[in-house]
Amino acid sequence: MPHVTYIEHNGTEHRIELEEGLSVMRGAVDNGVPGIDADCGGECACATCHVYVEEPWLAKTGTPDEQEASMLSFAATAQPNSRLSCQITMSAALDGLVVRLPEAQH
Amino acid sequence: MSQDQPRIVIAGAGHAGGSAAAFLRQYGWKGGITLVGEEPDAPYQRPPLSKAWLKGEATAESLALRPARFYAQHRIELRLGTRVTALDRAARQVTLSDGAVLDYDRLILALGARPRTLPLPGSGLRGVLALRGTADADALQAALGPGRRLAVIGGGYIGLEVAASARALGAEVVVIEREARVLARVAGTVLSAFLEGQHRKHGVAILTGAQVAAIEGEAGAACAVRLQDGTRLPCDTVLIGIGAAPNIELAQEAGLDCAHGILVDLAARSSDPAISAIGDCTQRPLPLYGRSGRLESVPNAIEQAKQAAADICGRPPPPPEVPWFWSDQFDLRLQMAGLAFDAHETVLRGDPDGPGFAVFHLDAEDRVLAVEAVNAPADFMAGRMLVAKQARVPRALLRDPAQPLKDLAA
Repeated sequence: MPHVTYIEHNGTEHRIELEEGLSVMRGAVDNGVPGIDADCGGECACATCHVYVEEPWLAKTGTPDEQEASMLSFAATAQPNSRLSCQITMSAALDGLVVRLPEAQH
Repeated sequence: MSQDQPRIVIAGAGHAGGSAAAFLRQYGWKGGITLVGEEPDAPYQRPPLSKAWLKGEATAESLALRPARFYAQHRIELRLGTRVTALDRAARQVTLSDGAVLDYDRLILALGARPRTLPLPGSGLRGVLALRGTADADALQAALGPGRRLAVIGGGYIGLEVAASARALGAEVVVIEREARVLARVAGTVLSAFLEGQHRKHGVAILTGAQVAAIEGEAGAACAVRLQDGTRLPCDTVLIGIGAAPNIELAQEAGLDCAHGILVDLAARSSDPAISAIGDCTQRPLPLYGRSGRLESVPNAIEQAKQAAADICGRPPPPPEVPWFWSDQFDLRLQMAGLAFDAHETVLRGDPDGPGFAVFHLDAEDRVLAVEAVNAPADFMAGRMLVAKQARVPRALLRDPAQPLKDLAA
C-alpha cells in the first residue's frame, strides 16, 4: 500500500499507509496524526486540513482548484506549496509523499 | 474503583463525543476511555445525512468519523446501543440502560440534541419522519424517488438541504414554513430570499407564513398536510425539520447548572469540575459577542471536544474560534461565519444573480459580526478573519467585489 509521511510542526514524523482513493486528510485523521482538524470532513469548506507539500511532490499532487485556492489565499500561514489535504487523493504515483503541517490550523 | 487507571467516560458517541475520545489520546491521556453511544454505529458524521448520504453518494466508511480499527488501536472502549440513564455525582458513577454501572474519574457529557416534535394531529402517522441519525436518513431515502411526494415542515437548513436532495432524487417537494421567510432564525433576509428563489427555480414549492393544522392519514400512513387556511397538500412522506432540543435531562436531574443547555465555560467544564459537557447539549460562552448560547454545529462540537480534552490533559486551552457553519444545496456552497446578534447594517458584496456573493452583517461601529457567503469562499474566509479581528472596516471596500479583502483581513 502506498504511504505518506506527515511531519508535524515540531518535527515529529508519521509514516502512514494510505489506501488509494482516500484523501491525504483522511490518512491523518484516521491514524490520529495531530495537527489536521478537518472540521468539514473533506468538503473543502473550512481550510483546517492545510499542509505544505514537499517540493519534489508538488508536480504530482497537482494544483488547487478555484475553491481550494480561494480558501488557501486567506490561510494565515499559506505558502506557495500550501494545499488542503482533503483535496489530494492518494494514488500509486504519490507513494512516498511528504507533507509538513503548519503550526496551527486557525 | 474497578480499574487501576483513571477512567474517562464519554456519554454520547456523536461528532463531539467521538472527537473528544480522539483528542484525549492525541493530547496524551493514558488512562481508560469509555465511549457510550445510543446508536448501533461508532461515531459518524451527520452533515452528509441530508446531502451525500441521502443521495446515495456516501458509504458507511466515508461517513465514519474514524475507521473501526481506530478505537481498538487507541484503547477506546466503545459501548454502543446503550445510553447513560443515571448520573451519581457523589459516587462518580453512571448507570447505563443495559444495566451496567461505570465508575468515572472525569465524565464528558456529549448528549447531543433531538429533533423537536410537532404536537399536531397526525404526527404519529407512518411516513412522518425526522432526521438525526442514519436510521432516519435511510427511512427518508427509501421514501424518495421519482413520483414520490415529500412535504417538509420547517424551512431551516435541514429542511432545505433535504428538499434539494429530494429534488435530485426526482421527488416532488413542498417546504412549509411558519415564518415569513425560510431560515428566519438563522440567516439574514438577503440569503433567505435568494434561497427561496433557488429552490423555486429547482422545482421546490415554498410556502411561507403557512401554519400547519394537521397531518392527514390514510390506513395509518400520512397522505397530506393540511394548513390552517384549509389548503391540503397531498404527500407520501412528511419530514419534520423544526429544530432540535438539547438533551439536558440527565444533567438537570444530577443538579448541574443548565439554562437552554448545560452551562459550560471555555474549558467545557460544567458546574461540577469533574464533569465536562460538549456539543449540541451545551450553552457555552460566545466571547466575541459578550453572551452565551447554543451552537448546533460540527465545528462547535470539535472546538468543545478540544477544550475538554485539553482541560483534562492539563494543556493550555485552544484559542477561541469564530463560530462557522456550512450548507450545500443544489450547486450552491453556503459558508457562514460569526453570529449576527444586534446587527446594525448589512452590506452586500457581489450580485445574488451572479456567480457568487456575500452578505456582511455589521454592528453600529462598522465591525463585522457575521458573513454569509454563497459560492464565495474567499469572502467567507475574509469574513471569518474580520469577525475574529473585531476591527472597523470601510463599507465601501466591503461593497466592491473588485477590491480584494485580503489586506483588510491580514
